[in-house]
Amino acid sequence: MTTPTLAMSVLRAPRVRRSSTTFAVSAVFLSAVTVAAILAPVVAPYDPNHVDLLNFQAGPSTAHWLGTDSLGRDILSRMIYGARTALLAPLLVVVFSTVVGILLGLLAGWRGGWIDAVLGRAFDVVFAFPALLLAIMAVALFGKGLVGPVIAMSIAFTPFVARLTRTLVASERSRPYVAAYRVQGFGGAFIALRRVLPNVTPIVGAQSTLNFGYVLAELAALSFLGLGVQAPTADWGAMINEAQSGLIGGYFLPALVPALAVVFVVVAVNVIGEELSDRIGGELPA
Amino acid sequence: MTALRRVAGKLGALLLTLFLASLLVFFSRFLVPGDPLSFLLRGRKPSAEAVAQVSAQYGLDLPPWQQYLNWLAGVLQGDLGRSLQYRQDVTEVIGDRLPVTLGLVVMAGAIIAVLGLTAGIVASLNRGRILDRAVLVGLTVLGAIPSFVGSIVLIAVFAVQLGWFPSFGSGEGFLDTVYHLVLPSIALALVFVVLVGKVTRSSMVEQLGREHVEVATSRGLKRGTVIRRHVVRNSIGPILTVSGVLVAGLLVASAIVEAAFGLAGIGSLLVQSVDRLDFPVVQAIVLLVVAAFVTVNAVIDVLEPLVDPRAAAGVGAR
Repeated sequence: MTTPTLAMSVLRAPRVRRSSTTFAVSAVFLSAVTVAAILAPVVAPYDPNHVDLLNFQAGPSTAHWLGTDSLGRDILSRMIYGARTALLAPLLVVVFSTVVGILLGLLAGWRGGWIDAVLGRAFDVVFAFPALLLAIMAVALFGKGLVGPVIAMSIAFTPFVARLTRTLVASERSRPYVAAYRVQGFGGAFIALRRVLPNVTPIVGAQSTLNFGYVLAELAALSFLGLGVQAPTADWGAMINEAQSGLIGGYFLPALVPALAVVFVVVAVNVIGEELSDRIGGELPA
Repeated sequence: MTALRRVAGKLGALLLTLFLASLLVFFSRFLVPGDPLSFLLRGRKPSAEAVAQVSAQYGLDLPPWQQYLNWLAGVLQGDLGRSLQYRQDVTEVIGDRLPVTLGLVVMAGAIIAVLGLTAGIVASLNRGRILDRAVLVGLTVLGAIPSFVGSIVLIAVFAVQLGWFPSFGSGEGFLDTVYHLVLPSIALALVFVVLVGKVTRSSMVEQLGREHVEVATSRGLKRGTVIRRHVVRNSIGPILTVSGVLVAGLLVASAIVEAAFGLAGIGSLLVQSVDRLDFPVVQAIVLLVVAAFVTVNAVIDVLEPLVDPRAAAGVGAR
């Protein structure tokens, strides 16, 4: 089943008109969000959980730049603290799925034969489970929070990385330099790990960057469903969930701010990921 | 003969994937440390009746493989166990919720087909011109909007500000239901319109540049005929493949949209069952979604050669 790979690559990599400006803006924006997340206690103007019931659902003001939510908590401060889970959780998923995926893909592509067949079958089974569904199942098993979903998402994304790596490794294996090493008497493990792996890693890594935005949106959706990060912890998805009832009453800001943050970060990450893929080049198998 | 063998092969692969997926769904429960009875009865009073019901349903005193076989035999006969929150058969609970989700998915599917194909075809026929650029930018912007963000924005603008559409529930009767499902189906369709639009465009663009199209044009055939007979028909393969992925995507994303719009469908049932620790229902819905996805993809695999005979011959459509 090559289908999901094709679909995912189209889905998660919206082709933004690339120019140095969009790339620069994306990089600056993403760095700002990252710095704010790391330095949250210093940067945030208020305690994200400070309740002020006399000043609830207030519009933007000099005291509260983005207004306050239904409990009078400062939305900007909650956004800054929320950026921590928003960025950290997808990072864990991307790192894990990339490392494990590259190793499994290398194994399948280099050894071929029955190992390749068994791994291919296993990937097909995982492909049959959409990432969000696997994450929801993890919550059903291990309880609410992000630990189960992060593990589930890591597993769900591993086959995408592995399949790409496998294809690259398989084509790399027939290249003359590999034969040259063999003739010189180098072992298969040495050639695979020390010579082939470094050649495919940058291409796969750049593609993995594009998974980041997708995972971020899925995990935010999970918290939006009330199954991920739990109230009162500040999290973008959970903030939208909490702000839903206010939406009907016309209080849009508490829901729109985190919603737009998700969109902007996803776009920024994708712009950077696309740029990385382009710069690294490498023939991507269709 | 070869066609028959190919179908048989696909069917075998389908059954194998379904079998392995069912193992994963069933044995996932064994990953949870501790006593299975206390896992299944979390958050409930372990009354003698409840203990007896759950033990009987899962056959907890049997060895795991036998529990699996019993469960599988039940599933194959349409018995998905009993819901812990409703004290009803899971099949009934799901059956009650199915119409809303199907309505949502069908409406979203129609939007995706119309908008996605139109956008892709219009863009490809105007390749490189302003219209193409506009469609691409539009698709890129839409593609960056996850369904929960889409839901929020649609509710804010069209339900609260303008008051054109309801923001909650699925209504009564056919027309009212369709009316209630307009915003949810748009929210659900967004991302997938982009997917279909982009695949259609790139598939069409590729075909437009092919030699046989040039030959047909130079033979003096009308542009409309060339496009219909030689471009569109050859472009269907990739679009068909992508529609297979849509099915799983739509079913899972409907959980988000149903939650946002307060619709009583399968997706919101899944979320609610996770929330209320109703594991039998969760297990059943996960299995159904996976089965639907795998089956639709297999059907598309089998159908593709009918549209594109080259796929049957094992020659890729490229």
